[in-house]
Amino acid sequence: MWIAIGSLTIMGIVLGGLLGVAARFLAVEENPLEEELKELLPGSQCGQCGYVGCSQYAAALAKGEAPVTLCPPGGKAVIEALAKKLGVTADLSEHEEKGPEHAFIVEDLCIGCTRCIRECSTDAIMGANKLMHTIIVEACHGCGKCVPVCPTDAIVMVPVRVTLRNWHWPKPEIEQTHSEPKIGHAH
Amino acid sequence: MSIATIKKSGPFAHGYTSVQKTMFTVLLALLPATLFNLYLFGWPAILLFTVTVGACVAIEAACLALSDRPVIAALGDCSALLTGWLLAMSLPPWAPWWIGVLAAVFAIALAKHSFGGLGQNVFNPAMVGRTVMLVSFPVVMTAWVMPHPLFSAGAPGFLEAFAITFGGNVPDTISAASALGYVKTELSRGIPVSQSMAQVPGLMDMMLGYRAGSMGETSAILILAGGLFLMFKRIISWHIPLSVMGGLFLMAAIFHAVDPARFASGTFHLVSGATFLGAFFIATDYVTSPVSKRGQLIFGLGCGVLIWLIRTFAGYPEGVAFAILLMNGLAPIIDQYTRPRAFGRNSKGEPLPLIKEKP
Amino acid sequence: MKLFPIRGGIHPDYRKEQTSEKAIVVMPMPATLYIPLQQHIGAPAEVLVAEGDLVKKGQMIARNQGSVSASQHAPTSGRIKTVTEVTAPHPSGLPQTTIILESDGKDEWAELPEPIADPFAADAHTINDRVAQSGIVGMGGAAFPSAIKLNLGEQKKLDILLLNGAECEPYLTCDDRVMREYADEIIDGARIMAHALGTPRVVIGIEQNKPQAVEIMTKAASAFAEIEVIAVPVQYPMGSERHLVQAITGRETPARKLTADLGIVVHNVSTTRAVHHAVRFGRPLVARVVTVSGGAIREPNNVLTPIGARIADLVEFCGGFSARPESVVNGGPMMGQPLASLEAPVVKGTSGILALTAEEINDRPTSACIRCGSCVTVCPCGLSPVEMAAFIRKDNLEGAAKLGVMDCFSCGSCSYVCPSHIPLVHYFNYAKGVLNDLERESRKNERIKTLAEVRTIRIEKATEAKRAALATRKPASDTTPPSTGGEAKAVTEEKASA
Repeated sequence: MWIAIGSLTIMGIVLGGLLGVAARFLAVEENPLEEELKELLPGSQCGQCGYVGCSQYAAALAKGEAPVTLCPPGGKAVIEALAKKLGVTADLSEHEEKGPEHAFIVEDLCIGCTRCIRECSTDAIMGANKLMHTIIVEACHGCGKCVPVCPTDAIVMVPVRVTLRNWHWPKPEIEQTHSEPKIGHAH
Repeated sequence: MSIATIKKSGPFAHGYTSVQKTMFTVLLALLPATLFNLYLFGWPAILLFTVTVGACVAIEAACLALSDRPVIAALGDCSALLTGWLLAMSLPPWAPWWIGVLAAVFAIALAKHSFGGLGQNVFNPAMVGRTVMLVSFPVVMTAWVMPHPLFSAGAPGFLEAFAITFGGNVPDTISAASALGYVKTELSRGIPVSQSMAQVPGLMDMMLGYRAGSMGETSAILILAGGLFLMFKRIISWHIPLSVMGGLFLMAAIFHAVDPARFASGTFHLVSGATFLGAFFIATDYVTSPVSKRGQLIFGLGCGVLIWLIRTFAGYPEGVAFAILLMNGLAPIIDQYTRPRAFGRNSKGEPLPLIKEKP
Repeated sequence: MKLFPIRGGIHPDYRKEQTSEKAIVVMPMPATLYIPLQQHIGAPAEVLVAEGDLVKKGQMIARNQGSVSASQHAPTSGRIKTVTEVTAPHPSGLPQTTIILESDGKDEWAELPEPIADPFAADAHTINDRVAQSGIVGMGGAAFPSAIKLNLGEQKKLDILLLNGAECEPYLTCDDRVMREYADEIIDGARIMAHALGTPRVVIGIEQNKPQAVEIMTKAASAFAEIEVIAVPVQYPMGSERHLVQAITGRETPARKLTADLGIVVHNVSTTRAVHHAVRFGRPLVARVVTVSGGAIREPNNVLTPIGARIADLVEFCGGFSARPESVVNGGPMMGQPLASLEAPVVKGTSGILALTAEEINDRPTSACIRCGSCVTVCPCGLSPVEMAAFIRKDNLEGAAKLGVMDCFSCGSCSYVCPSHIPLVHYFNYAKGVLNDLERESRKNERIKTLAEVRTIRIEKATEAKRAALATRKPASDTTPPSTGGEAKAVTEEKASA
């Protein structure tokens, strides 16, 4: 028995050591991953993740320093894509899916200061000095950076409207006779 | 005016099909063969049949209750009844009661519910039940009797039957070998097939079912009738039965032609053992066979060839159950590789090339 | 003529006898009409009228805009009440922009475009323009603007104009009635369309369960050698464009291609009649025949209904409900859409309004899949519904897409035969919706990325230019300190002018 224990122990140490050495000397450059992660991010450099821009967030992700749930404009789809790429399970419990949003300018409140225009990273706000601004919904990806800079709180985030064009059937709720929960709880 | 809230998209029409109806039709198709065989093997068979079916339904109910599912609604689909029925038909007619109960436990609890219940099991529950019993209790599971029709001379009465099924008092004198078993044993003693074949019942008796065998497998004619009824009702298609029997017959016929002393003929293989029952009622089990017609052909052929291989070369004289279980395991893979070709695409899923022919 | 088999399919209870012997009746003009700007595939039309305008019947009240669109016309004379959001005939019950017209009861025609005197001497362009001008869309249900399909002749060499009179949906008999009662108009329309398309042959496909229609159409077509009427087998979904083409010509339309790529253009028979009206009389599409049927309708009928009539009014015209309908369906029971509200109007694509009882729908609670494979056998597209649904249930839409869920056209055959009553088509509709959403979203993300990049480059360039300007200015004005404030302001202005 001692021989068995001994040989297994030695094998463990040797193989473990080899793995350790390999990890150090044969380490793969992480840059390609960083590049791929950057591709997955919206690329609008909105900075809501707390990093300067998408590249920086991608770098942090690649180093494993940042969770995958930090990108609000990307929504659930981006979180899932990042998690898949990094091989981690995304903790979606913290993430409340708001659905896609876009900015909306309450035109009565807008004073035409152009501050939001300077902030917008996708040129989604139209307008000029002293003129009322409007959002080009097609170009707005809902990062919300324009909201805090507005001096008159004229910008609000609104959910993208469900119309006949983008409506689709929800996932069917099947009332399976086989997995029906037991009779409901008392009130 | 607004109408009730919309929960479902179309279609707003449905064929008159249901799981329950399907299972019921299969039971109906089994009825003639079952009744005939129960008559043939008398009271002990009737007792064992009742015990096995009852045990299956009871275990199904227990499993459903354990997994918090509505028991009555799920029992209503008759799937446990059908499993129990087929299981009973595959047991030796005079086997003791505990064989039926134990087989039911393995069939329903292990093969069906531990996989997630109806529709989720990989292996045919009835065949799992039978096979586990055969491997564990080979002697009891191969104790065949010659037919003792009800009320005929020498047939056990109800009380005697009670003793046989529940007391284990099988009279030694009446045990018999099945044709397949007999041929195999004789071959192992050096007697060629051609010679031992003279001792087995004639082709007509084999077809009608006057022979030793499992409780429900002996009457090829009645099982065939049931199978044709199912085809007529479009519950099953010809693909699996034909390919099972075709595969078996072809293998047997070829080898019989090569060496008649060593290999039994194709016809003998077809009418003996559980070939018909297996081909029409067990291999065609929806849950454990492939969904596409092409897959079903491959599946059936595989079953047929395996049945012959096992019967001819393996230790057991009968191979239907083993062969079907082995192919059950392959069904998901067969499914993956036999998906039908999508409209406008080639078999790889790429769009077809645009060929503009002149009409 | 030799026909070719199509894969799969089902034989549902057709229940056409409820209305098949009922001649088309005209619905009296309702007091108010609701004309949605979008009754077709493509972009909504652009409103041409305003509140209070007086319009005549057939006057264009909304013009087609963009490449795929169709115009709308006043179905009767009257006053425009308003243009507002009204519930659409759609399962979501969402509203859409709709012109509300109050009838003046006179039903006066506007001055219509001149009839095209000899359409066979006119060029394709003239005919296409007339069809576009008349707001004609495919009346079989899909409502694709017909003029665009008629233009195909200019891009491709076409062989056959195939008229779809299969009407394979249960209950529906409107095409059947139109063929029986207006065969000559259909034939004339077909000849005009064939002329515009440049197809030497016209084939009319009618399912064999409409023997009278086959007979009448054959007789009407007998005078023209190039027109052939073919009775096709009764097999749902024979009326699917691709399947009808396969049944008649044996040719399989490749995925992501059109039947026109094979040289065959398919139009519905009612559409053809609308073309006849537009070309011969200058009349736009302002009414259509709708089959009102189902177990919950008191007097099932085929009704010539003005476009924009409220469905509730149409049901009322047919005697109202005799029983509480479980579902009211817009179209046939197989591919039709449930209606959330009867306030929605009849539109150009409305082929039927069916009030179905629970018994007719025969829906039951879903039970476990028993892998019977019926869905695989009946799928006319050669897909594997059982596997796709399993993927979708587990939210693996990518897996479902790989198995071809986007090739599914929701014919409903699989759901129809499923013994476990699994809502297979609903699963596929959901998956298609989500996959389309993702597609749209990724397109948007691409666009956003480009926008952001463009902006970054522009700002960099501007800064560069500023620095360069500063550098050239520096040697000349060494004494003055660089005015940082001014530079910042310049950058701001640059940004503001973006």
